[in-house]
Amino acid sequence: MTITSTADPVADAPGSPASPARKPGSLVAQDVHAWFGDHQVLSAVDLVMAAGEVTALIGPSGCGKSTFLRILNRMHELVPGAALAGQILLDGQDIYDPSLRPIESRRRVGMVFQKANPFPTMSIYDNVLAGLSLTGQKVKRRGKDNEADALVEHSLRSAGLWDEVRNRLGTPGGSLSGGQQQRLCIARSLAVRPDVLLMDEPCSALDPTSTRRVEETIRQIASEVTVVIVTHNMQQAQRVSDRCAFFLAAEGLPGHIVEQGSTSDVFERPRDERTADYVNGRFG
Amino acid sequence: MTTTTVAPAEAPTPAAPPATRPVPERIRIGGLGPDLVLHVGVALSGAISLAWLLYERMLPTSGTIGFWIFAYALFLILLVAASSTTLDRLGVIDRLVGALVATAGLVMVSALVGIVVFTFVHGKDALAHTNFFKDTMAYSGPDAALDQGGIYAAMVGTLEQVAISVVVSVPLGLATAVYLSEVRGRLARVVRVVVQAMTAVPTIVAGLFIYSLVILQLGHGRSGLAAALALSVSMVPVVITTAEVVLRLVPNGLREASLALGTTQWQTVWRVVLPTARPGLVTAVLLGVARIIGETSPVLLVAGSTNELNYDPRHGPQLSLPLFVFNGLRTPIDVAITRAFGAGVVLLALVVLFFALARIIGGRTPGRLSRRQQRRLARRLGAPT
Amino acid sequence: MSAETPPTLELVRPVPQRRSLSSRPTTSDRVFVSGSRLAAIATLLIMGLIGYFLTVGAWPALEQQGWQFFTEKQWLPETGQYGIAGLLEGTVLVGVIALIVAVPVSFGAALFISEYAPPALKRPLVTLVDLMAAVPAVIYAIWALIFLQAQLLSVAQWLSVHLGGALPFLTVKTPDSPSSYTSSAFIAGVAVGFVIMPTITSIMREVFSQAPVGEREGAIALGATKWGMIRAVVLPFGRAGIIGGIMLGLGRALGETIVVYALISPIFDWTTHPLESGTNTIAAHIASRYSESNGNAFAGLLAAGMVLFAFTLVINTAAGIVVSRSRSGAATEI
Repeated sequence: MTITSTADPVADAPGSPASPARKPGSLVAQDVHAWFGDHQVLSAVDLVMAAGEVTALIGPSGCGKSTFLRILNRMHELVPGAALAGQILLDGQDIYDPSLRPIESRRRVGMVFQKANPFPTMSIYDNVLAGLSLTGQKVKRRGKDNEADALVEHSLRSAGLWDEVRNRLGTPGGSLSGGQQQRLCIARSLAVRPDVLLMDEPCSALDPTSTRRVEETIRQIASEVTVVIVTHNMQQAQRVSDRCAFFLAAEGLPGHIVEQGSTSDVFERPRDERTADYVNGRFG
Repeated sequence: MTTTTVAPAEAPTPAAPPATRPVPERIRIGGLGPDLVLHVGVALSGAISLAWLLYERMLPTSGTIGFWIFAYALFLILLVAASSTTLDRLGVIDRLVGALVATAGLVMVSALVGIVVFTFVHGKDALAHTNFFKDTMAYSGPDAALDQGGIYAAMVGTLEQVAISVVVSVPLGLATAVYLSEVRGRLARVVRVVVQAMTAVPTIVAGLFIYSLVILQLGHGRSGLAAALALSVSMVPVVITTAEVVLRLVPNGLREASLALGTTQWQTVWRVVLPTARPGLVTAVLLGVARIIGETSPVLLVAGSTNELNYDPRHGPQLSLPLFVFNGLRTPIDVAITRAFGAGVVLLALVVLFFALARIIGGRTPGRLSRRQQRRLARRLGAPT
Repeated sequence: MSAETPPTLELVRPVPQRRSLSSRPTTSDRVFVSGSRLAAIATLLIMGLIGYFLTVGAWPALEQQGWQFFTEKQWLPETGQYGIAGLLEGTVLVGVIALIVAVPVSFGAALFISEYAPPALKRPLVTLVDLMAAVPAVIYAIWALIFLQAQLLSVAQWLSVHLGGALPFLTVKTPDSPSSYTSSAFIAGVAVGFVIMPTITSIMREVFSQAPVGEREGAIALGATKWGMIRAVVLPFGRAGIIGGIMLGLGRALGETIVVYALISPIFDWTTHPLESGTNTIAAHIASRYSESNGNAFAGLLAAGMVLFAFTLVINTAAGIVVSRSRSGAATEI
């Protein structure tokens, strides 16, 4: 890890759009450290996740990348004994500011998990709208200007699921296949119109076909939201991401970023030997 | 690539996290929200002082319970008001529910603590006299002073009756549980359903059954033995169901490993299954004991009534601790009530003793995670990569 | 077996007869199996005897009274005029009052333990609830008689005076005298409510704590408040446990003897005014009358006991089915 200047990480990021401040959803981690009890799992992580881009977090198991992902929408603190230092700036505002409640940041930063977790008793339709009802936002479900139907359709289309479920929106979310469930979870997260979407190994439990569908979905939604994805699959990282950060934890030491940059740089011209070894499958 | 300088590729020093910068201060995360303590404090103090002011004057009622209900209602209203200064509607509802739920937990805890403390406070005068543990009420009337008479006969009766119940129901219960979990088959299914039904037998009905079998049918007369049999009817299904759960927790791989070594089924059960399940089986027995030691209604029907010391459970009526407590509470004399509370403390102590033994020996109720498992689970949740 | 065996061989060759996989058990196994079977049969026998003695013993009363046994409120076996109508209504009434008291507290306490309590507090609280379930009923009885009753009199009086106008069943004959409110179905019901609280709490808590972590995190990641998460995930998941726990609590409440017997003053009529002194339940009635009963009077008690058992059996069985059929109940023992 070699950052020497942290004056303005956003401005440092050449891969981000010309004026990142205007597009919402730029996420900046500054000097993030994390602990579970006395055990430190992350050390001095700086990372810019520019708006409208897909950032992939790669690295071997136990290097802290999932912890880092969960720090980005304050899921980290749900684990007893979890602690944190540093700042996470969402469009310039620290989401750990004491005056902000966790649920406010989670409403802006959505998350898709490793294992698809639709609400099994709710219908597909209600699953998509679950985020809205959970956060107390009203959508008109009846009458002429039925916003709910439009929103459900738009979210399911964005997640690439609409054509498969349009005729059975009333069936329970648990009745879908694994890959469909995962895309339903993506649709559910998109329905609340988040600025950022975090994905924690979203395809690790899916078959190749479903994986491909989810990857297509990620590319499609990248223009709407900032995507941060944790993956163990190097090809997937290359296929979906614009930028890449390689995490590594040496034996007994907290994880940190070894190398970050545009995906093509990290994969084709890695500057660190360990990165080269990892992306070429020599360890991890 | 955004980094400004790059580490020389030829120096992949593995133990070099960038610890050059000082680690920033830890952020306090999780726990109680910053304004929660403030809001609860404001609402609590406001509610109590308002209730103090208003309750006695404005409402035409009085009484402690009324005061607290009134104060609590005020507290909820004030909490909602205070919370809505910083939270949206959902946040306020969340906080209100949190307050209600925490109150329920508090009611639960204080009910138990209240019952235990109340029993102890009212019984401590009786416990202060050693004769309470050594004497009987045979020569002392219910209004005798506390330095006369005691619960000796009741303790003897309880110990003998519980011991007999254990002797009857533990072998029966454990053997049945082994049959259910190891032999299986159609009969096992029938037995399981019947045991389920047996757990539903109200204790008073169990007493009624022993009354009509032993006393009316066999003409045996009321005795400690009859009481023990009535208690066994309640204890057997408890032992069977708990023990079967424990036996089913023994991994099947162990059984197969043992059979693959060429042992007989009996050797597998005796040498592998039962020893593996032993702590759980002990727990099953102890929980059964804790359950019947305070049973009153079946004993009331079949043990007869006496104040005499009777060591022989087979003949003649026999006193026991629950019966002693019950007789005391039916006597409208203060000193008798005090004695009843004293016996209640002894009874509670016995229940807690068996309960604690069950926890220590059995570790925990089957299926519950151990501390280590919980920690492992937490770690997996926290750092899945 | 040679290499040029045609691939269609299986179709040509007849399928050999299936062989029996059973083997002759060793002597020790035979002793073991028959020994444990003996115990199982003994258990069956006990339950059979209970059924037999209840039925045979109750038969004279049922034969003499017929359907009148279920419609007669009086209990005068000497005159042949006796039945359990009043007892049955009192039993259900006390059980329902107990549920009204216990269910909200248990529900809240179960949620508190599984969702709100700090992790360090959870295990002690679970132990506390289990311990509360093990406290003998006779301790609850003496506590309720000496402490709880005195506290509840003012509540009963307040309810009667202030709500009696709107809800006539809350009135009593002499509202000014506190003694009108003692030994009532209300007081017995509240006391029984405390007895069944830990049973209900522990089942609900068990089910709540099994709600899947993935779904919980899904709801939280969408920005739900804790209550929002509970409503979306924990409660739908635990619905069967909630129902099962309540039913099991009701089963215990109906069978509760000593607390009710210690608190009430028996009447032989409908209990139409639960706040007013006097009610009766089957269990308490058996406890108070068994010693002076013989012949048909005792048969009547046995019949009443049989009805009570039938009630608790149906309720417990239904609770078991509800819980085991649900998504959450597969791993729950009740």
